[in-house]
Amino acid sequence: MSHSALDSSPAAAGSQTVPETAGPLPENVPAPKARKARRSFLPYGLILPAAVLEILIHIGPMLLGIWIAFISLTQLNLTNWLNAPFVGLQNFVNGLNPESTIGQAFFSTVGRTLIYTVTVVGLSWILGMAGAVFLSSNFKGRALLRTFFLVPYALPAYVGTIAWAFMFNQRDGAVNQILVDTFHLFGEERPFWLLGSNSFGAMIVVNVWQLWPFAFLMLMAALQNVPTDVYEAAAIDGASLWQQFRTITLPMVRPANGVLLMVMSLWTFNQFNIPFVLFGASSPKDATLVSPLIYQNSFGSWNFGLGGAMSVLLLIALFIASVFYIRMVLPKGADND
Amino acid sequence: MIETRNFRILRNVVLTLLSLWVAVPLYVVVSTSLKPLKDVAGLFQWIPREITASPYFEIWTTVPLAKYFQNSLVITVCATICSVTVAVLAAYSIARLEFKGKRAFSLTVLSTQMFPGILFLLPLYLIFTQIRNLTGVQLQGSYLGLIITYMTFTLPFAIWMLSGYFASIPKELEEASMIDGTGRLGALFRVILPVAKPGIIAVAVYSFISAWGEVLFASVLTNEATKTLSLGLKSYASESDVFWNQLMAASVVVSLPVLIGFILVQKHLVAGLSAGAVK
Repeated sequence: MSHSALDSSPAAAGSQTVPETAGPLPENVPAPKARKARRSFLPYGLILPAAVLEILIHIGPMLLGIWIAFISLTQLNLTNWLNAPFVGLQNFVNGLNPESTIGQAFFSTVGRTLIYTVTVVGLSWILGMAGAVFLSSNFKGRALLRTFFLVPYALPAYVGTIAWAFMFNQRDGAVNQILVDTFHLFGEERPFWLLGSNSFGAMIVVNVWQLWPFAFLMLMAALQNVPTDVYEAAAIDGASLWQQFRTITLPMVRPANGVLLMVMSLWTFNQFNIPFVLFGASSPKDATLVSPLIYQNSFGSWNFGLGGAMSVLLLIALFIASVFYIRMVLPKGADND
Repeated sequence: MIETRNFRILRNVVLTLLSLWVAVPLYVVVSTSLKPLKDVAGLFQWIPREITASPYFEIWTTVPLAKYFQNSLVITVCATICSVTVAVLAAYSIARLEFKGKRAFSLTVLSTQMFPGILFLLPLYLIFTQIRNLTGVQLQGSYLGLIITYMTFTLPFAIWMLSGYFASIPKELEEASMIDGTGRLGALFRVILPVAKPGIIAVAVYSFISAWGEVLFASVLTNEATKTLSLGLKSYASESDVFWNQLMAASVVVSLPVLIGFILVQKHLVAGLSAGAVK
């Protein structure tokens, strides 16, 4: 078996000399000692640049970020931060005390961000699913429509947000024109969408517009594995469209769903770009999310210790979330790959 | 699903609504970019009264758009090339070789990919300050400083995506080449890289897109000379009145490179995303 297999393999056919004079297939041969030693160094050599960068731009800064939460760092000692006084848990006590104004703002911001995340991810998933289900069937113009649906996701986030800011912005903008003039909602009133409590809803709309194509893309990929004869069999058995969706489509996307929802939730929870472009450096009170709040505390009011304390809490929360995420993404054994 | 008449009707309704939802903001941008400024104020005109290409010429003189373009291009291209080069080596190691600490390394890459920029911004800002104090090298407001910070999100993504690609390439290909005596590195450069080229290009384009749209780091770490497009576009609105038509024209111009890149590589991108992110 060994000789003929070796001879007929494309590698042997293309090679000038076969290093081993004769013998069994190379994969059956335990690697020689010298080669093994070289190989065991190679993996580290290859990851070395990445590992060094990971330490310099991720691990190091993250540890420093934790340190910041325990020192008193303001605009005054910013350039000389190595000598900033250690204050223990003072930043956490000051900033995260639920009785104080800052603490209340922090906790209501976390709650608001959670509501925001669930709403945006839920709506994006529904739209993505609708698009994926109907674009999985064959019809003319399908490929074109598929590419078109991905455009909001491919655009730079700030461009999509600028477009919506223009539509929401003026009292006479496109949104009010559709809602008030065409559909006569809100009576004669022309709501301001980027002020007060309306701004929260406006931000959700912008985020869903940008995020849903990602859900669409992933669900579409998951649906491609569903063989059509399963649907045919169900249809012959008299299953309605809704029943087919519930009993065939939904279970088929379940494996992909966990990671998809997780990734979208983390992105949305961390959202910074949309509020920053929509509202500027400080969002309206009713539309402040966690990342912009930390930003405002750090670079707006120059209270870095407070921003650092909030960052540490965020880090802990995200760390827990990412453990769940990694469990979903990385199979238990490496051989599952 | 089976194409009954009901299914087809429902499909047409849903796809029409989704298309409108995507199209309306895009239409607003493009149509506004073709209007004279006087037609932009007041009630939004769905059908332009007058069409002009002049906003596309004015954008270059109202603000230094070409300068912003150059800044974005230099920073984004450098961050992309650095990330992808480093990521190719690391991803190959993760996908193909066994070594101690592999799991720890993959876990670090995966989890840092999920952490928001705000967690890295302040510490990196302080580190840059310290470097300036010690060596006099000014990283705040410099290209190099931004390239480094942009790699905080392009690098882990590139490593993760590429290791998915490499894992999907049949092992036999490089084994064959190694029998020929090329060795591991030879197999990587002569066999794997050519085969994985579409995937590598897709990852590079995706890194480019995410760096091109970055706002957070740019808002703190750029100055007048190194301002990127994401912040530069604000300049159309900083005066007492907003040049909406020019802002929209600039938005179109700024989006074209990434949009074209995305459409060209989307097939490979989808394959990579679903292999890497959704297993």
